[in-house]
Amino acid sequence: MITDVQLPEPKTPLPGATVNSDQGLLMWISSVDHKQIGIMYMIMTLFYLFVGGLLALLMRVQLMMPENTFLAPDSYNQLFTMHGTTMIFFVLTPAILGMAVYMVPLQIGANEMAFPRLNAFAFWISFFGGLLLYFSFLAGGAPDAGWFSYAPLNQTQYSASPGIDYYCIGLLLSGIGTVSTAANLAVTIITLRTPSMKYKYLPVFVWMVFINAFLILAAFPSLNAALAMLLIDRQLDGHFFNTDAGGSALLWQHLFWLFGHPEVYIVVLPPFGVLSEVFQVYSRKPIFGYPFVVGSGIAISLLAFGVWVHHMFATGMGNTVNSFFAVSSMLIGIPTGVKIFNWLGTMYGGSIRFTTGMLFATAFLVEFTIGGLSGISFAIVPIDWQLTDTYYVVAHLHYVFLGGSLFGLFAGFFYWFPKISGRMYSETLGKWFFWLFMIGFNMTFFMQHILGIIGMPRRVYTYPNLAGYSLLNLISSLGAFLMGGSMLIFLYLLYDAIKRGKRAGDNPWDGYTFEWLTSSPPALKNFTILPPVYSFRPVHDLNHPEIGDYQKSDEEKYGTKDTD
Amino acid sequence: MEKFSQLPYFLSPASGQADRIASLTTYFIIAALFVLAVVIGLLIYVSVRFRAKPGDGEPKQFTGNKVVEGFMIGVPTLLVAVFMYLTIDTMANVMPAPAGNQRPDVVITGHRYWWEASYPGTKAIVANEIHLPVGRKLLVHINAADVIHDWWVPQLGAKMDAIPGRTNYVWTTIQKPGVYEGACSEFCGAQHAWMRIKVVAQPEAEFRKWVAQKEQDATTQLSASAQAGAAFFSHQPCGSCHRIRGTAANGNVGPDLTHFGSRKIMLAGLLENNPENLRKWLTEPQHVKPGALMPRFGYPKDSITVLVDYLTALK
Repeated sequence: MITDVQLPEPKTPLPGATVNSDQGLLMWISSVDHKQIGIMYMIMTLFYLFVGGLLALLMRVQLMMPENTFLAPDSYNQLFTMHGTTMIFFVLTPAILGMAVYMVPLQIGANEMAFPRLNAFAFWISFFGGLLLYFSFLAGGAPDAGWFSYAPLNQTQYSASPGIDYYCIGLLLSGIGTVSTAANLAVTIITLRTPSMKYKYLPVFVWMVFINAFLILAAFPSLNAALAMLLIDRQLDGHFFNTDAGGSALLWQHLFWLFGHPEVYIVVLPPFGVLSEVFQVYSRKPIFGYPFVVGSGIAISLLAFGVWVHHMFATGMGNTVNSFFAVSSMLIGIPTGVKIFNWLGTMYGGSIRFTTGMLFATAFLVEFTIGGLSGISFAIVPIDWQLTDTYYVVAHLHYVFLGGSLFGLFAGFFYWFPKISGRMYSETLGKWFFWLFMIGFNMTFFMQHILGIIGMPRRVYTYPNLAGYSLLNLISSLGAFLMGGSMLIFLYLLYDAIKRGKRAGDNPWDGYTFEWLTSSPPALKNFTILPPVYSFRPVHDLNHPEIGDYQKSDEEKYGTKDTD
Repeated sequence: MEKFSQLPYFLSPASGQADRIASLTTYFIIAALFVLAVVIGLLIYVSVRFRAKPGDGEPKQFTGNKVVEGFMIGVPTLLVAVFMYLTIDTMANVMPAPAGNQRPDVVITGHRYWWEASYPGTKAIVANEIHLPVGRKLLVHINAADVIHDWWVPQLGAKMDAIPGRTNYVWTTIQKPGVYEGACSEFCGAQHAWMRIKVVAQPEAEFRKWVAQKEQDATTQLSASAQAGAAFFSHQPCGSCHRIRGTAANGNVGPDLTHFGSRKIMLAGLLENNPENLRKWLTEPQHVKPGALMPRFGYPKDSITVLVDYLTALK
């Protein structure tokens, strides 16, 4: 039985902790509390989600009919560049960091991050990176060479406005923040776990964040180096990527995608972890195949560095090189795909509650499968030779980023909202939001698969009135407006929950992990007392001692023998 | 609105290479739909069957099943193995390495924002409307003059990036005569949208005749007005960007205009080639195709009239 008790304490008092909470904004700005920083990340993310979404809606107005003149080509190119850059670097990446910074210390039974001041620094430098990127609109033009900013189009002779310089500096700053937070998370997980929490007892979300931290540490330096080189090209007449002066256009692509492909997994692994928590708790069962879920996360992170050339199959690299990257890209589909069956296995035999969070999680299973399958079609090189750089890719990447990452983040948001705010949200509003968003999403992006197959290239500000183009683009635009409209319901839901929501209590979902043990919202000091850990769901063991995992052998718990 | 059944894209291939890719794509779509159906089917089943009912206690807690996990890994691995084989086989077929010294049948160069085609061994150089012979395995070389573009005619086979400082190749064996549309597929700047491709596939004899015609210098029998246009053209900076074979104009920034009057489209597919559109273009190029490299010269109306007469006379 659970008898002994652990008392984790921060070793030194933290500066932010001494500021009184009634000092309002100053308290937030000066805060080094991981929960407040996590919340600031989430507010920033939500803000940029609306900004990035607004850019997308403007693009969809332009593309609603053929040969539309709503936007000039230059403006359109700035919009799609800023849309992509915003969504990747200022929505998805900080969203996963924010969730991790908020939840990881709580889930491992720590009271703080390992480096609280670095944590605050990382948030603020990312925040200012974003502001600087958007300042480019006032400084002579936003970047207009795409979020991928291919050379030599990113050189001054082809893109003379200072937009791309702001792109370099803005992303470098936020990149420094991302790398700092990744290091911080890794050290936190290694050093600050409650003493009885062995690695094999880490909650799945913590595992995914842990793996992800190393992925970030390995991938972001490649981007940061490429951005510094590009800045040298543009400001100091360097010749790294300037083909007119003998530079290499493909070098940029290698450096960019060596970061860019792992980035896809960077923003999807933590949502995988989130979903694993959500499926467990709402199905009332432990995750199906815990060792496999963790192991496949590790496999994905390793394979992630062997697949970047599948973005470059149409650059003429030759069949030998292409075959290698085709095989590795297909292989990464196996651990990714199998996770889908792990989650289905978690639901199997459970007692499932379809809350808004669970609805997003189940919808994720379908949307992410579609995104994953269409992803395999790019690993099959000859299909890629037809479909790369078409709207089929646009459809695919939105199924992965939006139907995958963002649906996962929404699932986590609704799952953790009572913990973070201390209030329950209205399930009725939540369901309205879910269904409208999901229908709008599929209307928008499913059509784009077909648009790609019938020959519409991506990144075009307009298109000729060819068979099918107009109708499919119109449906796609209407879907985008449905999605945009549903976001207003989301805003109202937040307002309603914070204003009128019922008190949530410590553990409204009967959750399994340590965050549900503290108050909602958690006090500045997360824990004063913690039970010892015998499994990866300690709170379940505590609340349901008659069926608790701690009674079982490791073989029963994990399907493996204890080798620790 | 036109009918979907007319869609002339890569799933209705017109070359041997596109044909191989289309059948591989068809197998893939079948396999993908099967996997998707399995996932959706299982999801609906567990969602309906295991939905919480009032009064339910905690369900049986189990964390794995070795047999199920074995299938979960085994089946996808098998599927992946099959597609790996098909992929590598198709690649070898569609894109074999050419012999080092093999002369290409056509060289395509991507420019901002138009396409140039030259036919090695002949003097023919054309823009945007590209003729090719049917029934022969053609080696197409692809390069770029400024930034990265991408050659893509879906019905004729693989797309290929045009990268400055690099020569890429594709093969195409066109099976039936016809007009095949394509577009630049790599973002290349302001007018990426209007960099469309028109390939006219012809029987060998017709193609030879066409090449012979394109080898001719520019027309010299001109009306008085067209002659005035020719004089105007040669005294203005036009020739530093455009070429008209048989005259001093020898630029290569803009399209070759030697046989401009015989083209059906202008501005890489943006407009039909007729005197009215040409006048609009010469008067306000940045309104017609903003971001194109053609500057606004602000020529007087009658100079533009004679220029239009000259250019349309170049057949």
